[in-house]
Amino acid sequence: MKLHEFQAKQVLARAGIAVPEGRVATTAAEAEAAATELGLPVVVKAQVHVGGRGKAGGVKLAKTAAEAGGHARAILGMDIKGFTVEKVYVERAAKIAQELYLGVTIDRDRRRPVVMLSTVGGMDIEEVASTAPEKIARSWPDPLLGLPAFAARALCFAAGVPAAQRDAVALVAQQLHAVFMQSDAMTIEINPLFIQEDGSVVAGDAKLEIDDNALFRQPELAKWKEIGPGEQQEEAAKALGFSYVQLDGDVGIIGNGAGLVMSTLDAVQNAGGTAANFLDVGGGAKEEVVKAALEIVLANPKVKSVFINIFGGITRGDEVAKGILAVFAQTKPKVPLVIRLAGTEAAAGRALLEGAPLVSRTTMDDAAAEAVRLANPADAATPGRPS
Amino acid sequence: MSVLVGKDTRLIVQGLGREGAFHAGRMREYGTQVVGATKPGKGGTTQDAIALFDTVAQAVAATGANATIIFVPPSGAADAILEALDSSLPLVVAITENIAVHEMLRVASLLEKGRSVLIGPNCPGLISPGAAKVGIMPAENFSAGPVGFVSRSGTLTYEIADLLTQAGLGQTTCIGIGGDPIIGLPTPDAVRYLNEDPATEVIVIVGEIGGSSEERAAEYMRAYGKKPAVAFIAGRSAPPGKRMGHAGAIVSGNSGTAQSKVAAFEAAGIRVANAPSEIPGLVKKALAGR
Repeated sequence: MKLHEFQAKQVLARAGIAVPEGRVATTAAEAEAAATELGLPVVVKAQVHVGGRGKAGGVKLAKTAAEAGGHARAILGMDIKGFTVEKVYVERAAKIAQELYLGVTIDRDRRRPVVMLSTVGGMDIEEVASTAPEKIARSWPDPLLGLPAFAARALCFAAGVPAAQRDAVALVAQQLHAVFMQSDAMTIEINPLFIQEDGSVVAGDAKLEIDDNALFRQPELAKWKEIGPGEQQEEAAKALGFSYVQLDGDVGIIGNGAGLVMSTLDAVQNAGGTAANFLDVGGGAKEEVVKAALEIVLANPKVKSVFINIFGGITRGDEVAKGILAVFAQTKPKVPLVIRLAGTEAAAGRALLEGAPLVSRTTMDDAAAEAVRLANPADAATPGRPS
Repeated sequence: MSVLVGKDTRLIVQGLGREGAFHAGRMREYGTQVVGATKPGKGGTTQDAIALFDTVAQAVAATGANATIIFVPPSGAADAILEALDSSLPLVVAITENIAVHEMLRVASLLEKGRSVLIGPNCPGLISPGAAKVGIMPAENFSAGPVGFVSRSGTLTYEIADLLTQAGLGQTTCIGIGGDPIIGLPTPDAVRYLNEDPATEVIVIVGEIGGSSEERAAEYMRAYGKKPAVAFIAGRSAPPGKRMGHAGAIVSGNSGTAQSKVAAFEAAGIRVANAPSEIPGLVKKALAGR
């Protein structure tokens, strides 16, 4: 779950990290009033759950309150990578002398948090990470110990932080790491971390993403959860206990187990097709879940055929068959269905589906080829076309 | 022969709820010695003829258990792992899905400091066919033989074990290591067990997109491999930035791509199957070419 900048900054401020004073505005008038109240100049910033808002024109400096209102009017309602801007954050502009980068994330290979600090701050830190990784100093604190002062100081030396700000930046690193640990964060970032003309250190931006599996014990943060565009179906699927990811192709996919479903997508690609989605019904899916899964896949207008690939373990073939028949009982799907049932109660499932309007295949590869062929009726009509 | 689990495995079950009780029964049917279970507050009683204990420490003291399998729900599962580590159980298998990643960071730190081996979480467990099963996999897809098998997936493991078994290729031990970003026994460590096992003649490595554990496993085999290996990577067609069901299966930037993993395996002389159905053929070739 992602937080907006103004929310993340509240969390940082509570942990003692200096942030510029700011106000949230949802109208141009509110933004103008906020600018007057805060003192000028101000920065007007789009609050959206996606990166790259600066390049998209979602961050503007205003020297007068009227200008702040004008920027807010332009930014509110703007579309940034499919996200509509509904709020702006109006913040007193920092007097910038230098921009640093400070972040904490999870290093999967080392199985530890990694704290990163660089004097090359600003918008293109990903670029720095890939082209000049040596410009980012890193530290991997033991999660049972936290980030000790010496390690934070060592980071500042390694990154080349100016001597006058060394202690202040080291403290922010410790504070940010503490927030990371306490808030079950996947990633926390201050980019840029400003050194101001008066020498003070202040967070210019803030990104905070929380582990969805930990929201049950982060009730304060969980209140900020928002469902973004294109996420509605994925959230609905989650509520029903399965995992759904929308993709761009035309072969709808249903399977059980993440690895098997990924392999099913790959099999469709091997057969020359493209998958319309990833859908894992999970372990032990019952009739109702299979029915709901099939309905979600069929609701996608791009889908031209559906491939159901079940290798029964905890999931039973007969339950899967009943779920499919329950959908057929209500409406006849407009697209062809291909099914491959193996494992627990597969024979019983196949027997139940006898006479139903679908194609059954015994291997994943054959079923994928058939689903791809059926998704492309023009080609299917051409005899002898290799599939 | 087998690794990590065998005839001498003495297993306790943490979390004898609906799933735990069902699979405890299945494991016992398979021949695994299930010597007890923990259920706080029910110590001294029995359930399905399994002796219940209040704590893991009591269960270990009374039964001489050397392994545990955890079915506790996510909010309490990390605590269950900590309790097992506190009793220094040599093998801890965590089936539970959706454990918070920060909990696993703490567990991983403790694992570095102790001698226990953790399999999972979010895994099907492991099986040494014919000897013992400590997991939830359908046993009929597995058979005894010379193939060591490590996999990040669940159902895909059953599918591939079935393909191997159909082709007459039995297994020493199949280790389902789990699909989370932070797991107890990452691919290279699991591969090391199979590489050191004299009964294992060939290793099958089933990976997924995300992370770089396959690359590290390939690097390990290039340096220390004593036997041939065959690999498969699920998720070749997955677009970047989309989490494919498993929390660990996500391509971010240039990291975790299938291409990178395939290249690493090929550089280590390990053949990579394009589909699960190709795996048995490649395993036979690898065995013939030794």
